[in-house]
Amino acid sequence: MPADWSGAVAIVGAYESPRRRAPGVHPFAIQAECAKGALEDAGLGMQDVDGLATAASFPAEGAREMAVAEIAEYLGIHPRWADGTDIGGAAPVSHAGHAVAAIAAGLAEVVLVTYAACGYSWPHGAPDYLTYAHGPGQWELPYGPSTVATYALAARRHMHDYGTTAEDLAAIAVQCRANASANPHARYTAPVTVDDVLDSPLIADPLHRLDCCVVTDSGGAFVLTSARHAREMGTRPVYVLGFGEALGQVSMSQMWPFTATAAAASGARAYQTAGMRPDEIDCAQLYDSFTITVLLALEDLGFCAKGEGGKFASAGELAPGGRLPINTDGGGLSSNHPGRRGALAVVEAVRQLRGTSPGVRLDSPRTALVHGMGGSLSTSATLILGV
Amino acid sequence: MPGTLARAPGLPPLTDDFSQPYWDAARQGTLLIQRCRTCRRYQFYPRAHCAHCFADDPEWTPASGRGRIHTWTVIRRTPNAEFAADCPYVLAIIELDEGPRMTARIVGESDGIACDRRVRAVFARAGETAVLPDFCLDRG
Repeated sequence: MPADWSGAVAIVGAYESPRRRAPGVHPFAIQAECAKGALEDAGLGMQDVDGLATAASFPAEGAREMAVAEIAEYLGIHPRWADGTDIGGAAPVSHAGHAVAAIAAGLAEVVLVTYAACGYSWPHGAPDYLTYAHGPGQWELPYGPSTVATYALAARRHMHDYGTTAEDLAAIAVQCRANASANPHARYTAPVTVDDVLDSPLIADPLHRLDCCVVTDSGGAFVLTSARHAREMGTRPVYVLGFGEALGQVSMSQMWPFTATAAAASGARAYQTAGMRPDEIDCAQLYDSFTITVLLALEDLGFCAKGEGGKFASAGELAPGGRLPINTDGGGLSSNHPGRRGALAVVEAVRQLRGTSPGVRLDSPRTALVHGMGGSLSTSATLILGV
Repeated sequence: MPGTLARAPGLPPLTDDFSQPYWDAARQGTLLIQRCRTCRRYQFYPRAHCAHCFADDPEWTPASGRGRIHTWTVIRRTPNAEFAADCPYVLAIIELDEGPRMTARIVGESDGIACDRRVRAVFARAGETAVLPDFCLDRG
C-alpha cells in the first residue's frame, strides 16, 4: 500500500553542469548556473521558486552553517521554505524527500534543490575529516583516518566475511567507465579493464585509485512541484513514488555491523512508501564514491542477498542488459563527483526516465531508484522515481 | 612514559574535563574504557552517559588491552597534510575482549596482519605531549 503522498509530487526540471574543471570559479557561481539550468528545463523562472534546499558546508562548497540562506541570498530569492539538511553526499537525495513532504503539506509549491562544489580546484585547502579532534573525534582523528580509508575498512571486512574479491569491486568501476564512454561530459571516457583497476596504485588497501570516484568542479540542480501543477506544465513529470532516509554512524568505531549500512533502513522505507519491491526497479543510480559503496548498496537495498554483491557485479548484472543497470552516465566513478554526488544521481535518474541521458540510454525504463550515501558510510537516503 | 614508539604530532586529541582521565591513563600505559553502573555493559568511545541504557555517569575501568582486529587498511596516500609524512600506516578497528570497538593504528611488525588476528595495546607518543593507545600483533 503506497503512502498517501506517493506520486503527489514530481520532478519537472533537472540540470547537470557540463563543467569538470573550473579553476578560479567560486562554487556559488556554479550553484547559480545549475539553478538557472534546472528552472529553464522546467519552463519556470526564479520568481516561481518558493522553496530552496542545498548543502554547501564542505570547504570546496564555499559556505558554512548558513549555506541555504547564503545561496538564497546569492540567487536573489526569499523562499518561504528551506532545507539545509547536511548529511554528506546523501544530502541532495534527502532534500528531495523533504521537499515532497513540504509540497504535499502545502508549505511550498516549487522547490529548487541545488548543489555545486569545486572539489578539484578549490584553492583554500580541504582536509576530508568529518569531525573535529575534540568530543568523539578525539578518539578517532588523532589516528589519521581519511575518507577512502574508512571505506577501505568496510571493504576489507566484507572480503573477510563473504569472500568478496578485488576483482568483484573492480567490475563496478569497469561498468561505470563503460557507461561514461558514451557521455561527452564525463571526466574519463577511455574504457578500463579489471586488470587496469587492480594495476592502479593502492590508496588504502584494498581500494585502488580506480576504485575511487573522480574529483571535479561541477554541480547539479532539480525542481519539484505538485503533480497537479506538473501536469499543467509542458514538461514530462517524473513522479516521486517513494522515499526513505536513515542515519548510521560517523565514527568508524561505531559502525555495527561493519558489512551493512543505513541503506537497509532507508531502502526499506522507500519501497514501503512506494508500495514496490526491488524487482520492480528498472534501473538505479547508486552512490559510487567508491566501488565498495555500490556493492554494499546492492545488498542493503535488496537487489541481491547480503554477501552476494560481488558476484552480482562480476556476473555483469549492472550492465545495461543486466538485472539492474546502474550509473548510466558513468556515475561518480567516471563522470562527475564534485563532492555530493546525490544531486547528480537524481538528475541522471530523471534524464534516464525521460530518455535524455547523456550516457547509456536504456529501453524505456519506467522506474528508477536513486541512492545517496554520505560521510563514511554514515548516512543514507533513497528515492524511488517513476513515469 | 611507557613504550618507545613515537610519531609526528598529527592532530593531537583536544581533551576536556571529562576525557582527561583517559588521556592521563594512556600516559601511564593504561587503556581505560567505560562500564555502565546500571546495565553493567562496556562502551567505547567514552561518553557522559551509557549509550546502551542512557543511564548517567558510567565508570572508567581499565581494559585488558587485548582484542582482535575487526578490520584494517594501509593508508598509502592521504589528502590530510597532518598525516602525510606517516604514510604508509595501518589504520584498524579493534574489537576489545570486553566487547566495544575502537579505532587505532597497528604499529610494529605487520606481517601476517588479518581480520580477527589477536592484538595487544601499546602506547605511542604523538608529538611532544599526546600518548595514544595503539595495538601490535600479539605473537605471544
